[in-house]
Amino acid sequence: MGLLGTGILKGLSVTLTHFINTYLEDFKYLGKKAGIEPRPLRRQSPKNYGLVTVEYPKERLPLPENFRNIPFLVRDSQTGEDKCTSCGICAKVCPPQCIWIVRTTDPVTKRPVPAPKEFYIDSTICMNCGYCAEFCPFDAIKMNVEYELSDYGRIKEMILDKERLTKPDTYHAAIHPTDWAREQAEKAAEEEKKRQAEEAKAKAAAAKAAATPAKPASTAPQPPAAPPQS
Amino acid sequence: MAETTPAAATPTPTKPAPKAAPAAKHTDKKPAGTLATLTPEMMVVQQHFGEALIQPAPYEGFLVTDPAKVRDVALFLRDELGFETLSNQTAVDYLAENAIEIVYHVSHIQGGKPLCFKTRIPRDESVAVPSLTPVYPGAEFQEREIYDLYGARFSDHPDLRRILMWEGFNGWPMRRDWKEAYYEGDTKPFDSRWPGGNHKLAEERVPWADNINLPPGFDPATYVANPDGNIYESMLEGGNGHDLEVPPLDTGADAVIGSSSGLKTDQIIVNMGPQHPSTHGVLRMVVRIDGETITDLKLVLGYLHRNHEKIGERNTWLHNIPYTDRLDYICGMANEMGYVIGVERMMGIKPTERAEYLRVIMAELTRIQSHFWAIGFLLNDLGAFYTPALYFITERDLIIDLFESVTGSRMMCNYMRFGGVARDFTPEQLARARELVFERIPRAIDELERLLSDNEIIKARTIGVGYMSAERSIAYSLTGPCLRAVGVPYDIRRADPYSIYDRFDFDIPVLYGGDVYDRYRIRVLEMRQSLRILEQALNQIDQTPAGDIQAGKKAYNHRVPAGQTYARVETPKGELGFYLVSDGGQNPYRYHVRSSSFINLTSMREMTIGQKVADAVVILGSLDIVLGEVDR
Ligand code: SF4
Ligand code: SF4
Repeated sequence: MGLLGTGILKGLSVTLTHFINTYLEDFKYLGKKAGIEPRPLRRQSPKNYGLVTVEYPKERLPLPENFRNIPFLVRDSQTGEDKCTSCGICAKVCPPQCIWIVRTTDPVTKRPVPAPKEFYIDSTICMNCGYCAEFCPFDAIKMNVEYELSDYGRIKEMILDKERLTKPDTYHAAIHPTDWAREQAEKAAEEEKKRQAEEAKAKAAAAKAAATPAKPASTAPQPPAAPPQS
Repeated sequence: MAETTPAAATPTPTKPAPKAAPAAKHTDKKPAGTLATLTPEMMVVQQHFGEALIQPAPYEGFLVTDPAKVRDVALFLRDELGFETLSNQTAVDYLAENAIEIVYHVSHIQGGKPLCFKTRIPRDESVAVPSLTPVYPGAEFQEREIYDLYGARFSDHPDLRRILMWEGFNGWPMRRDWKEAYYEGDTKPFDSRWPGGNHKLAEERVPWADNINLPPGFDPATYVANPDGNIYESMLEGGNGHDLEVPPLDTGADAVIGSSSGLKTDQIIVNMGPQHPSTHGVLRMVVRIDGETITDLKLVLGYLHRNHEKIGERNTWLHNIPYTDRLDYICGMANEMGYVIGVERMMGIKPTERAEYLRVIMAELTRIQSHFWAIGFLLNDLGAFYTPALYFITERDLIIDLFESVTGSRMMCNYMRFGGVARDFTPEQLARARELVFERIPRAIDELERLLSDNEIIKARTIGVGYMSAERSIAYSLTGPCLRAVGVPYDIRRADPYSIYDRFDFDIPVLYGGDVYDRYRIRVLEMRQSLRILEQALNQIDQTPAGDIQAGKKAYNHRVPAGQTYARVETPKGELGFYLVSDGGQNPYRYHVRSSSFINLTSMREMTIGQKVADAVVILGSLDIVLGEVDR
């Protein structure tokens, strides 16, 4: 141990460095980075050794794509239909059991129809675990990125019904581009498979019926569905 | 509490699980499941005590047939076989067999698998089990918890009071037939949600209606609670936990006793907390002080109690993963890792290579950010308000930014799955992790040391404060950095290796001071070792195929074969264990969390007696507890 007080001085040099760094970083930012990298992002990057404060709500950090908060239901904007089939998997995997679904029954046959009549999520209980989105086999429920959710009431405001839960798939595509690309690729692959199967069928039928050389049924390969512009 | 229908206990056939065979009921078979084979160590015990007393238990360990003899057996295990520390003690309610089983896990401090033994008592509270506190003082809180939640009594326990529930609570909440106030069903998923499609708000279910059981003659309108009477009385009496003598407090007319300074002073009882930042949450310390010196201390816990274990038994196996995040909410992913390893062991599956690496990376990053947090707030407790804490929170934030971008959440990550993890790192995320591990964090740790390690004020406040010897620490079942700060190299990653830690080259640092200063320094050393592991893991992970993160098919309705396991991992706070019992169904039959924060607190009393009041806060800070894990 050296002279009494040297340890403290050493420590104070660290705080002084932080102090100086803050101004240096701001100076650098003014120099060339302004306009290229938004200030909040730069402040929270591992390269910054100065002050880290982001002045929320004036400044906001961009959210990572995986960020998850209360889920929403996806509506297919091409067909205008909800993607949910009321299979109930999300309600079963939900740990706090905050999803409840009323199934639709066909008025004539009294058999269940694969579309929910009611779909509720109690957002005060939802623990944002993401299981529902992870296990839904139809990509019908996804996690949202909204986080400013305070409101004045507990029941009308916080128990979300189907109306308030549903969002168009363009919204989903906008906030989850990677996930959306995967979905589209899967869809395209599926369509391609269907098309091939159909083609094979057509060919077989043609070969069977044909005395004359059959012209190939629908030859032009369909372009894979492009993601709609968000 | 009135005994409710026994039918309520069997894992229920109320769910519409597709092609659900009537849920397996192990509760009906006579000895539950297959009997364990005795290991050589157990044979020695059997030879010593005879076959009548020591028998193989179902699935794991041995059964002490006469509960009155468990202390003798424990003494033999400790003194003859060298099982120096009691890792875990808990109970299981076998309702159908009308038995409460007390389960003990004891460990060698040099490492190795824990040894399990059990004993059984009838559910009617007629038989008391001898308390193990004279053998293992670390049993004190654990036995109080068992008493509190299961109603099993322990004879010769120094202070057998409720610990998590309040003093006036009626009933034993962890028993299988006990129903909570908003009881809906024994097991999730509830039919009412799907296909039922209905749900009731908690507010709509009248809490004082038939869902609640009041003791006979109890009228809530006229009841005046005096839950603290007992604790104050016990403080006045002094008495001893273990071999710690505390003289009684004279409260007579001339209630003065000579203090060490020669002055005649009053001893008074003061409450610290529960609502105070220095208690790291909601913990209450009742201290008896003589001037500034603490002469006795008792902890009042349970302000954050939500019966995590009961919720865990209602949940399905999968549901529990996000709940474990909420135990020690600073290190969510370390808890998840312990739980999934336990369930995987019972299901007999192994995660993929890449998933193993991702788990280790996450667990070690968690350790670093937790230690940053712990040190920052230890400094707060010392009175260095927020400058150091904020510097370290900055570093921690960079780590949890990474967690957020990978898992979607900063703290409640819900990342591990049975047989894998939820998401892979993208190349950018791996690059960010490397930037942190190779550049940012090493610098930050250097800076932390420059800022603190030589500071004379910190040294004056911490060196020699809160000392506890190695022998006492082991006896108190202390684990984690606090144990390693007194020279015991006990770390589950080496003592009972799990996951792929055996592949990495790292050391278990030890220091010998055993005081607050060494508990601070050991955390710094551990962060450096974690960085070593991370460097290796981040270098090796590229050899595993990207995207291969889930073994087998992803499922949500797991059935875990009947059996039981005690899985433990080294979290930043110490040994975290999950004692799991399955009856072959979709829900755990028993889900117990051996939480290190809770058990580490057992030693707090002995550490603080004789210290100054201001130091009690610092000692608590050096133990680094998280109340979410203490109270569960
Ligand atoms: S959201 Fe998905 S999982 Fe839930 S009911 Fe609809 S289709 Fe099934
Ligand atoms: S995020 Fe989790 S808690 Fe919320 S609705 Fe989905 S499954 Fe339920």
